[in-house]
Amino acid sequence: MYGNDFGTPSDDPGRGAATDAPEGFDELLATEGRVEPRDAMPEAYRKTLIRQIAQHAHSEIIGMQPEGNWISRAPSLRRKAILMAKVQDEAGHGLYLYAAAETLGVDRADLLDQLHDGRQKYSSIFNYPTLTWADMGAIGWLVDGAAIVNQVPLCRCSYGPYARAMVRVCKEESFHQRQGFEILHTLSNGTEAQKAMAQDAVDRYWLPSLMMFGPPDDDSPNSAQSMAWGIKRFSNDDLRQRFVDMTVPQAEVLGLSLPDDAIAWNDETGHYDFSPIDFTELFEVIKGNGPCNQQRMAHRTGAHNDGAWAREAASAYAAKQAARLVAVA
Amino acid sequence: MSDWPLWEVFVRARRGVSHVHVGSLHAPDAEMALRNARDLYTRRQEGVSVWVVPASAISASSPDERDSFFDPAADKVYRHPTFYDVPEGVEHL
Repeated sequence: MYGNDFGTPSDDPGRGAATDAPEGFDELLATEGRVEPRDAMPEAYRKTLIRQIAQHAHSEIIGMQPEGNWISRAPSLRRKAILMAKVQDEAGHGLYLYAAAETLGVDRADLLDQLHDGRQKYSSIFNYPTLTWADMGAIGWLVDGAAIVNQVPLCRCSYGPYARAMVRVCKEESFHQRQGFEILHTLSNGTEAQKAMAQDAVDRYWLPSLMMFGPPDDDSPNSAQSMAWGIKRFSNDDLRQRFVDMTVPQAEVLGLSLPDDAIAWNDETGHYDFSPIDFTELFEVIKGNGPCNQQRMAHRTGAHNDGAWAREAASAYAAKQAARLVAVA
Repeated sequence: MSDWPLWEVFVRARRGVSHVHVGSLHAPDAEMALRNARDLYTRRQEGVSVWVVPASAISASSPDERDSFFDPAADKVYRHPTFYDVPEGVEHL
């Protein structure tokens, strides 16, 4: 659902990276543009990618919770089937991404341990609660919309396995965005109560969606290096602006307003102006102090611990079957 | 979970084309790997046939020896049909 190099500005494993590039790496980036798993690469490039891809994967997995919250309460069988398909996609996106991370020489189980004990993060957006059915629409339209703006450039990321995973993810993401838009469109053209519910969801998810693009460019320590390495193609602020430009006209079609009076077309820049964002909240959420951080992690670690016996059973069964095959042969 | 081996997944999109590598996954055994690959990589009619191979069974060429490993194809120009002169007027050759 979402990938960016999110973290507090103090997390900074990529620094000093440019100096340790193995021979031929810079040339490889300049000519072939794609790095593959067995190529030599700077240790900091590898570490930054592991962190970014793993946190992207974690986001997909944690991101199933806010929407999973409404599966049993979806208002119609059609909406319910769609929501289940979407949550299934998120699980798949998580798996594609863990697989991409593993090509860098890490183990998925270790990455999950790092998520569980807080050493790795997931997208800030999933620490917000889903209070009404309309939130399923706002998440699809705004959150997945922001994810698409962010992820389409990642399809050209310099690390081949990540780029290929993103191609697959992006295809499925546009289904998510459209179904979210449709939910809001239906609500917005429904009863007054339904329209009010849609507006409320948009009001609550607008700013958190804008913050998904990460801190502003002058407060984003890893961005310059990531752009030099071709991991990142556009700056946080550029992507955020692109998202606003795309979303404002869509809001007009929906007949819903965005909760920012400063939004106005600017003829000079050719973009929509919008209010400066207070990023204090973003850093608080990333630090673990958002509305749902504890709940999300408790649910995730609970599922992991409660499922230990099932994983052990599957391993024991596989070992037994393998032993039988050997015995027969 | 670290006990579960990694499997590489190949999907054939339809009859008449070859299997293409689409990704990988963890599973305790081949049967679960196949089931998960079905759910993970063919949710939208991407394929009609799936292969799963333990990642440990795959040997890969090394990028370091790429030049020496792959070069012979380029300097053996006689391997290409365009190397040979054909007299004027000869058809279907």
